[in-house]
Amino acid sequence: MPFGLIKYALSSSYPGKRFIAARPELKSNYDVVIIGGGGHGLATAYHLARYHGIRNVAVFEKGYIGGGNTGRNTAIIRSNYLTPEGVAFYEESVSLYRQLSQELDYNILYSERGHFTLAHTDSAMRTSRWRAEVNKHLGVDSELVYRDDLARLIPQLNLSEDVRYPILGALYHPPGAVARHDGVAWGYAGRAAELGVEIHQGTTVTDIEVTDGKVTGVVTDRGRVSCGKAVQAVAGASTVIADMAGLKLPIRTIPLQACVSQPHKPILDPIIVSGSLHVYISQSDRGEFVMGGSTDPYPRYQTTSSLDFIEGLMSHVLELLPHLSEVQVMRQWAGMTDMTPDFAPIMGETGVENYYIDAGWGTWGFKATPVCGKRMAEMVATGRVPALIAPFRLSRFENFDQVGEKGAASVGH
Amino acid sequence: MKQMNCPLNGVRNIQEFAHGGEVVDQPDPNRCSDAEWAEFVFMEANTAGVVREWWCHVATAYWFIAERDTLKDEIIRTYDAGELFKERVDFTRPEAPKET
Repeated sequence: MPFGLIKYALSSSYPGKRFIAARPELKSNYDVVIIGGGGHGLATAYHLARYHGIRNVAVFEKGYIGGGNTGRNTAIIRSNYLTPEGVAFYEESVSLYRQLSQELDYNILYSERGHFTLAHTDSAMRTSRWRAEVNKHLGVDSELVYRDDLARLIPQLNLSEDVRYPILGALYHPPGAVARHDGVAWGYAGRAAELGVEIHQGTTVTDIEVTDGKVTGVVTDRGRVSCGKAVQAVAGASTVIADMAGLKLPIRTIPLQACVSQPHKPILDPIIVSGSLHVYISQSDRGEFVMGGSTDPYPRYQTTSSLDFIEGLMSHVLELLPHLSEVQVMRQWAGMTDMTPDFAPIMGETGVENYYIDAGWGTWGFKATPVCGKRMAEMVATGRVPALIAPFRLSRFENFDQVGEKGAASVGH
Repeated sequence: MKQMNCPLNGVRNIQEFAHGGEVVDQPDPNRCSDAEWAEFVFMEANTAGVVREWWCHVATAYWFIAERDTLKDEIIRTYDAGELFKERVDFTRPEAPKET
């Protein structure tokens, strides 16, 4: 029994160090204001403070940090995308994630499991082969595997042909990983706060001041601050916040639901995804099966769960892994995703000077947290758009120059 | 189970319906600029509140209009598209680009 713990228990005041400072008073001016205290906003704040020397930064979060989609995803990290732009971007993210626990001095429980995207149709097999070749060309470890490989690599998987969608093969991505998603937000927040970044939880942004096409201030329910630059990273609320700055976005806010089972002993090492069945499943370090499915059938600004979702998802999960039939679902929840027409994110300049956007992450934002923080911070600090994120600019829509990532998204279509 | 009132078929389960997006005016493809067309194709009002949308009862391929609150997930009213569109809209075929 560690004596430190007994000392904690007997102490009248809480002797532990706060991870982030209690909410400070608002200053009148910040160099950079970041709207949204999820993983992306906090990572951007951290990179600004740590690598660009910009420490007069405020993060405004309506709820609590990591309480939005950062804590509602299924924590899968991978880089086996379809377009060269997407693969290069997510590959940098995976390389940053691999050393993120050291970088932040905080264990994010990064765990490489191997990631299988099952193919149930000829067209899915073609897309898998296409993705594997694009991936290999860009140095990402991916390959197409067939039924005999799957029988060896995932013995639990139901390879029967007497099901609605028999499995023909899979795209196998060995570096596919899971991590503790709240830990990512907390790690970035803790280190950013140490460097002087102010994190204002429970602070709602109510307006954005734009003067002569340039952002000059942000109004919150706790008062107004002026700012040199501002970044919005607010996922499902992207349209609402962008509207305050006078911007229109190609985004629909659609709920995405997920659930976890009761904990069980470790029996499923890899992450299994099926685009045709709209299922993804992995077993967490605590032994819970983490399961997600398709986005809801119509847009809403809500995070309610539905029985329809759980019924549909379970029937598909049990087709893949029938031995989970006795497993009880423990919790289900939803997050509001910001879906774009081409299934690729939006990062970069907006047309309003010094106002930057990080949105359109839909169902795929958690895996991009470190690279997004790094590159958004680079853009804010230098005023130049990094080549890696230039293809994801907002203006790609008016120029009909989209980045088609639908083939690599597991859900939402 | 969530239900929706189809103007043609009455109250049905929501799974029988497909969401078709906001009711917006289509610009004349022969006259509008590329930017206006891009706005029509890609941009979304994505309103947090009451919206007016196209919906389809899939089983009968019947398109109609629904007014819905996206914050409360409540369907306020559904009605036949004829309430909004009184006359037929015809589009002329755009001129073929000249061969070079």
